[in-house]
Amino acid sequence: MKIIGRVWKYGDDVNTDVIFPGKYTYTVTDPQEMAKIALEDLDADFAKKVHKGDIIVGGKNFGCGSSREQAASCLLYAGVGAIIAKSFARIFFRNCINFGLPALTSAEAVANLKHGEQIEIDMEKGKIKTESGVYQFPPLPKEIVGIFDAGGLIPYTQRKLGIEPKEQLNNEDN
Amino acid sequence: MGKTFSEKILGKKAGKPVAPGEIVEIEPDIAMSHDNTAAISSTFYKIGVDKVYDPDKHVVILDHCTPAANEKFAQNHKDIREFVAKQDIKNFYDINEGICHQVMPEKGYVWPGALIVGADSHTTSYGAFGAFSTGIGRSEMAVIMACGKIWLRVPETLKIVCDGEFQPGVTSKDLMLKIAGDIGADGGLYRAIEFCGSGIDRMTLASRFVMTNMAVEIGAKNGYMIPNDEVLDYVKSRINREFEMFESDPDAVFDEVLHYNLADIEPMVAKPHTVDNVASVSTVRGTKIDQVFFGSCTNTRVEDFEVVVSILKGKKVHPNVRMLVFPASREIFLEVLKRGWIADFVEAGAIIMNPGCGPCMGNHEGVPAKGEVTLSTSNRNFKGRMGNKDAEIYLCSPRTAAVSALTGRIEDFREVVDCRL
Repeated sequence: MKIIGRVWKYGDDVNTDVIFPGKYTYTVTDPQEMAKIALEDLDADFAKKVHKGDIIVGGKNFGCGSSREQAASCLLYAGVGAIIAKSFARIFFRNCINFGLPALTSAEAVANLKHGEQIEIDMEKGKIKTESGVYQFPPLPKEIVGIFDAGGLIPYTQRKLGIEPKEQLNNEDN
Repeated sequence: MGKTFSEKILGKKAGKPVAPGEIVEIEPDIAMSHDNTAAISSTFYKIGVDKVYDPDKHVVILDHCTPAANEKFAQNHKDIREFVAKQDIKNFYDINEGICHQVMPEKGYVWPGALIVGADSHTTSYGAFGAFSTGIGRSEMAVIMACGKIWLRVPETLKIVCDGEFQPGVTSKDLMLKIAGDIGADGGLYRAIEFCGSGIDRMTLASRFVMTNMAVEIGAKNGYMIPNDEVLDYVKSRINREFEMFESDPDAVFDEVLHYNLADIEPMVAKPHTVDNVASVSTVRGTKIDQVFFGSCTNTRVEDFEVVVSILKGKKVHPNVRMLVFPASREIFLEVLKRGWIADFVEAGAIIMNPGCGPCMGNHEGVPAKGEVTLSTSNRNFKGRMGNKDAEIYLCSPRTAAVSALTGRIEDFREVVDCRL
């Protein structure tokens, strides 16, 4: 799988409250509406201008704070193809894997990537091709890669339990 | 080579010796969710399973927006009541009980050596009771409902040794803010934190709770303390089961060891907009405040009320300050009521709210206006956290909050003559 998109570059400790404000956690549940408020309190322009496949680049501890998985899913619904960071907060990282959203770590790429540049991520080869060079990211642990490859935790669990998926999954439309 | 607490408990659950970095699949003893249970139930049904794998394992506590602020929250609560009834989840606590992390130990779902997961980041709290507890996402909770299991990575352990005694009035909240400032919001990332030393051994349960509650604010997977006598007495009075305690071996390998002398800790605040943006309270003295939030799962237990009432009794909250008071649970509310303190709060001009999360994550009950400053005893001060990105939140101890409520400015209680230390 190749992901091609423009870089949206942010800093360290981007937290779940600025990605998906707490006041919306029980009231905004439609994926299209969720996409519109992605990163609302960090970058008001983002949701209006993001294109499918675009890539968010953050510093250390991306996604710190709440366990709310809408912080991962709203980015997916907004069209984000991948997130590259120096490190991820652990629950946010789990939520990304569980939604099949690539969360990649490369301090070197983060240091050199520029806001707005077009990059290409090769998931199989673990490479990020950029204007300043090619960067490697480590693969997911073998125990986890199956969840990601299945498209997320729910399809993975259905496969494990021998259940045929009945409908297109969308984990937020309660 | 010895093992840490986290390696032992995860090894026991996995049925094999484990080392840091390993990924194991385990069955948690208890799985907690709150107002997010409606969304979890929706995902659960989408998996294609009809019955919850083990309903007795699940605890559902409504606290995040209680009572419902509008029709959407009301529907959310209704969906949850219907789900727990249909799935025979008996461990259900409606909007009258209080904050999930306080209600959990009160109702006997927390014990030393328990493995607890919760669909809430502050699930780390139960480490104060000697449990291994960590936060997970909604979909993961749905999968536990479907098949009872979850994967966890065995964490490395950061040991934080706390010796000595606090200066008068300084508390574990100040210590935890100091640690957050020192090592940063990612200082404990992916790791277990073991708090130990004579200062932790002596610490009250309520004060210990503050530290494991906020372990997640420095990125930790879980926080842990060896239970002391007060903890064991509390737990034994509330559960009816045997439990196995785990402690790190003397020759366990720690990833890193930090030392703190409690005597060195000053009253601290976290300034807007991150928990690790920490400074001595003396550096922000005089900052005008509009609201005091004496609430949250961090700092609203009986001992916190005792401190705050000792400062407010017979005085008046500054006329420009709204002081919102949220006991952590119904049980705590009742206790402070019986002690006569609620009258003191009301006479001082404070507003007594119902036990629950209140405005902590911006749902209701005290959302600040643009440009306003809230001084909060909670654990998180991110931009927009309380529902307004143009407002500011400072985090502090209950004592600092109470002294400041009287003057309408952030105060260093060491400089306030009449704060009854």
